[in-house]
Amino acid sequence: MSLELLGGRILAPWFGSSIYVWGSIITVFMLSLSVGYFIGGRLSLRTPSLAKFGCLFLVAAVILVPIVYLAEPVMVWVFERIEDPRYGSLAASLALFVAPTVVLGTISPYSVRLLVRHKEESGKVAGTLYFVSTLGSALGTLATSFYFVLWFEMNTIVAVLGGILLLLGALGVVCRRLDRHA
Amino acid sequence: MHNAPAVAIVILLVGAVASGPVAADQQVLLREQSLYHTILVVAEPTRRCLKFSVRDGTRNQSCVDPHDPKRMVFGYTRMMMAALLVVPEPQTVLVAGLGGGTLPTALAALLPDVRIDVVEIDPAVVKVARTYFDFQDSERVRVHVQDARVFVKRALQQGRQYDLVILDAYSGDYIPEHLMTGEFLEETRKLLTPDGAVAANTFATSQLYDYESETYRLVFGQFFNLRVRTSNNRVIVATNGPLPSRETLRANSRAWRPALGAYDVPITSYPRRMSTKVDWDHTKRALTDQYSPANLLKGSR
Repeated sequence: MSLELLGGRILAPWFGSSIYVWGSIITVFMLSLSVGYFIGGRLSLRTPSLAKFGCLFLVAAVILVPIVYLAEPVMVWVFERIEDPRYGSLAASLALFVAPTVVLGTISPYSVRLLVRHKEESGKVAGTLYFVSTLGSALGTLATSFYFVLWFEMNTIVAVLGGILLLLGALGVVCRRLDRHA
Repeated sequence: MHNAPAVAIVILLVGAVASGPVAADQQVLLREQSLYHTILVVAEPTRRCLKFSVRDGTRNQSCVDPHDPKRMVFGYTRMMMAALLVVPEPQTVLVAGLGGGTLPTALAALLPDVRIDVVEIDPAVVKVARTYFDFQDSERVRVHVQDARVFVKRALQQGRQYDLVILDAYSGDYIPEHLMTGEFLEETRKLLTPDGAVAANTFATSQLYDYESETYRLVFGQFFNLRVRTSNNRVIVATNGPLPSRETLRANSRAWRPALGAYDVPITSYPRRMSTKVDWDHTKRALTDQYSPANLLKGSR
């Protein structure tokens, strides 16, 4: 959600802040998350492990950070080719946000697979996960829009988000190693 | 009875909408929910006003006096005419933010050869300006329903230039933050002819004053700051080239005085009020596309 909010700011200098710019961003995030959920579910079928789970975070981090450097040239490219800012903002959102959001979307279903031990508790586990992830989204939205944009530059916030993902991913991989050695 | 709280909420909501900001001697001519605002057109005893949003303390965006339609009702609208002291005979003008159309209408009447492009994001505002505020678009005055930032970028791409750019897109309730950054001002500056100028109607209070002033200084260097004691607004006039001398301002104000009389603009008092003094905290950082929390800054003293 933090990224989604920043997405609006990233696009504004080129496509404005009209209602359709938000429409583009929300559409692209929803679409990407749905694809991510689907893929995450499939991935969880193939010998799931904490290490692979950690890798999802690492991949998300690696795809997220180039937004900082690619945003400008991508938007210039789109701006020069698509006159209508509705389709311009849609094309730019697709180019910039699909990859990281799809990967982030795979995390939820994969977590369900790792956390569920018995099928009786699967509803409870899924419920807890929805609770945690949506609560996180809410807090991310609040913190970003109320404070982060007042304290930091946009690129800094994106880089920190990437850094957190990197840390979590590394944690997953390391825990797995320790587990194995124990 | 388990519905009682819901019913209470509905009653509260209806009550809030019904009471609104409109006093007893005011008559609502139009209430329209547009994509961006709730638009109200209100007839008061001596004037007709365009307002956005419905909460208490709603600010007037634009007002006209039906018995004296030329008279500029608001101080900041009059102050915007100070742009004519710096660019006395603009041939091409870009106005960002239509409102009731007071400024483009006045400029079209005052300058027989001018061509004006108006950019307004909200199609409903354009409709209201035409219907209730006698705004007329023509060959000379063209309205583009678009985000101003996008319009400016396209205009640059097409190599268009303007003698005067008027930024009047900051309503009291919400500032489009991508229209207050150094990058936007830089793009606007590139749109100007060598002797061109930009005039912006912005805020004189809150922390935003420091940040915004610093942003203009970085892009334009020295600029004119026009403030009057009675207004929370200030008008910035910044030029592409060097600023004109105080004597030039005075000469232009004398030339414009007769024509501006009907608009109630005290134009000859503006030269001495147009200050180049750095009266803000210049250690504040400039606003950029990376950092532009204008609305948050406006909320803090």
